[in-house]
Amino acid sequence: MSPSRDAARGERRASALALDRVTRRYQGNPEPSVDNVSLSIAPGELVALVGASGSGKTTTLRIAAGYEIPDSGRVVLTDESGATRDITHELPQRRGFGMVFQHYALFPHMTVEQNVAFGLEARGVSKSERLAKAREALSGVGLDGKAGRQVQALSGGEQQRVALARALVISPRVLLLDEPLSNLDPTLRQTMRDELRTTLRRSGVTALFVTHDQEDAFAVADRIAMLAHGRLLQLGTPEELYHSPATREVAEFVGRAALLPAERTGDGVWVTVGSVALAAPARVSNEQGDISHLIAVLRPESLQFVDNDEQPAWEGTVAGRRFAGGHTVYRVRLESGAVVEVMGDGVGAPEGETVRVRLSGQPIATVRP
Amino acid sequence: MMRAVRLRRPSGGWATAWIAAVLLALLLWSVVYPNAAIIVGSFERGLGDWRDFAASPADRDALWGTVVVSIGSVIGALLIGVPLAFLLSRAEFRGRRVLSGVATLPAALPPLVGVLAFLFLYGESGVITRTVQSVLGLNAPPWTLSGIPAVIFVHAYTMYVYVFLFVSAGLERYDTTLDEAAAGLGASRALTLRRVTLPLLTPSLAGAMLLVFMSALGSFSAPYIFGGGARVLATQILVSKLNGALGLAYVETTVLAVTAVLALLLLRRLEGKRQYSVAGKGRATRQLLRSGVARTVLPPLAFALVVLLVLPHAMVVLVSFARDGAWTTQIMPPEYTLDNYRRLATERQLWRPITNSIGMSAAATAANAVVCFAIAYIVVLSRAPGRRAIALLAALPWAIPATAIALGLAATFDRNAPAQLRVLLVGTFWILPLAYFVRNIPLVTSAVEGSLRQMDPTLEDAARGLGASRWLALRRVVIPAARPGLVAGTMLAGVAAVGEFVASVVLYTHASRPISVEILSQVRNTAFGTAAAYSVLLILLVLAITIGARWLEGRFIAGEGVVNAGR
Repeated sequence: MSPSRDAARGERRASALALDRVTRRYQGNPEPSVDNVSLSIAPGELVALVGASGSGKTTTLRIAAGYEIPDSGRVVLTDESGATRDITHELPQRRGFGMVFQHYALFPHMTVEQNVAFGLEARGVSKSERLAKAREALSGVGLDGKAGRQVQALSGGEQQRVALARALVISPRVLLLDEPLSNLDPTLRQTMRDELRTTLRRSGVTALFVTHDQEDAFAVADRIAMLAHGRLLQLGTPEELYHSPATREVAEFVGRAALLPAERTGDGVWVTVGSVALAAPARVSNEQGDISHLIAVLRPESLQFVDNDEQPAWEGTVAGRRFAGGHTVYRVRLESGAVVEVMGDGVGAPEGETVRVRLSGQPIATVRP
Repeated sequence: MMRAVRLRRPSGGWATAWIAAVLLALLLWSVVYPNAAIIVGSFERGLGDWRDFAASPADRDALWGTVVVSIGSVIGALLIGVPLAFLLSRAEFRGRRVLSGVATLPAALPPLVGVLAFLFLYGESGVITRTVQSVLGLNAPPWTLSGIPAVIFVHAYTMYVYVFLFVSAGLERYDTTLDEAAAGLGASRALTLRRVTLPLLTPSLAGAMLLVFMSALGSFSAPYIFGGGARVLATQILVSKLNGALGLAYVETTVLAVTAVLALLLLRRLEGKRQYSVAGKGRATRQLLRSGVARTVLPPLAFALVVLLVLPHAMVVLVSFARDGAWTTQIMPPEYTLDNYRRLATERQLWRPITNSIGMSAAATAANAVVCFAIAYIVVLSRAPGRRAIALLAALPWAIPATAIALGLAATFDRNAPAQLRVLLVGTFWILPLAYFVRNIPLVTSAVEGSLRQMDPTLEDAARGLGASRWLALRRVVIPAARPGLVAGTMLAGVAAVGEFVASVVLYTHASRPISVEILSQVRNTAFGTAAAYSVLLILLVLAITIGARWLEGRFIAGEGVVNAGR
């Protein structure tokens, strides 16, 4: 029996997907594009693949989809009954996955409704049934009344929703999304983020999506997999990545941070700038073992201004400021030349003014140098 | 006292209005007038000639034959061209580079030369035919290359190149994520091809089908040589003319031209109906074939195709060294000599067609360059009155088969009658260049138009605004912008003119006979070696023109320091 045929009957099937030590090299490239990546996605979980361009996130997604065959490693699918099978070499059309492409890949010669119904057509669903389901799916993404439109007459946000409806209407085992929000303008993007998460949650689908935008990942994903140079650096919740980055790259990519050298002492670290050393409690993971020289990850909220001369503090000048709604973030150039960001209230110092900065006492993340 | 009448200044200014008027007059005289003369001529005996046409079984056969040949050629060319385009743009296999290198070779054969090569290879006494016959020990040749199937076979072989090129270009622009999306949605390869890929390639397919249909409709050499008893309109026209039944020839010409225009309108509609701009990054990567069968079958198949494609050229070269008259019943020509070439170079009578072809094609092509540049300039960059009519008339010769154009010129310029705007050209040197010129107007014009449309039209205004005279703006802004199309267009026109056969065979005189006509008469005398030597010379001339144009364009580009790797 075709695995995809019963999908058309509308059963929701949340499957688990795992990549097991997957590696993919392209001809003429000395470095592998995907290097020994393992990650698993639980049924119904939303996982984001993030990383800079060239980090291997799209190739990883294409391996999951079946458009690329890894040189080594396996892709393993566990369906809702718990049966596990290796789908590394299975053709994309047999996997029963849904995919939303970066440019949506809507068929320009078909109407909105025909686009959405195409996957059902491929499964041999009768015309009346598939059109009814397509309309239902369209209404699920808020596109009632647009069924007969030409896709080229739609706005970017509408096209994105058609692509999503087209991928969801086949009740995919796993939904894969390649930069689904990157083609939208910033305002629309905010709205579509929330909408995307709501739609995916409601459908209960297992989803893996690629983005280069950490805010997309934070807003939509349950867990985030961060890639760099083809390697998986960290897989964790947004909070874990923010507060306990595994590496320097993760710390730099996720949120805003100044990285300063630090000395480890028991449960805390000493961060020295110029001649002034300040102490703070630290999050030191077991992997960092007995290394005493570490890098402290200073987030804007790890620092605060000092308005008297008595407490020990670092001196610096305000190099810039950024209003962020409830608070203002100041860019401060310290005596050593390092630049840190400091969260302050809205009435703080003007640019060029000399200020004193200290650690706020919140636990500080550390990474290996 | 009378006041001088002040004329309203035409839009675009007086100078362009004058140029437009001259061009319009020229096109009316050289394109419309001869064809109108044909239509008028077909009614000279009232409806008499039309009745004869309707009653003649030969003409009914010819009309039917023309339609069958045209449709058959389109199907044949699609069957070869589409799979080849998909294979070469989508798959990676051993031998792909060589195959794509020779895939367009058949288009490099001048029309008559291709037919000749087929005669040497697959004709009743051709090399392949005799090899098969002797291997199988047959008493008679295993096939005869004649009749409508033979014509379609030759057409499919030479015209699939249009399909191949159009579909390859379509696939180049094609966004392959659409195929991936279809596969991801569970569609099989066949369903993806049927519902997604092919519908989106419709414009390319329709364009290629149109080109093949029009070429096959007007094709003359293949039916003339391989037709046997089968008739098509293009050859029937010449038969009627030679029999002195001019009125009937005019009717046949009118029917052929009308058929062509109808086909043009029909396919254009199809072409325009399905234009989609495909957005997105179409990563068209060639896939290494996964299936074991394809991997074992494809390389030898590619090799066989390469041989098949190179064979006609190789055969013409080989036969050009064969001693005339010696090749009778053997599989291969038995005796080889350099005599054929020596005679071409030394005997004045044999040298004459070569200078004729070069001189006549040079004259025609030079006129094409000047006139077609002016047409394109007026059509694209001016607001001169009448520019739409000019554009339409400049495209018209494309829809009219060459035989019809030739017959129209023969019917119009057969006497000196200044009052009727007729000049005696038939029997002079000038009638052939005029025919070549008219045939190539659409080609050169559309190439130059293409280049000019890419130019920002405000550039000319900017130059004028900076104080440049009209001439300076033309020389420094417009002509450089038009140049790529002008060079490519005149190159193609030169190639077409130097090997032209269809119009030539209707209009030539002994003194003005071009190479193609001479090839035919050598074949008639069974002087295959000499015919092949002429053919090789023609191929070399085509090659020289192509290389010359490339060199010229390369020099321009180098001179400006413009890096343009894509061309």
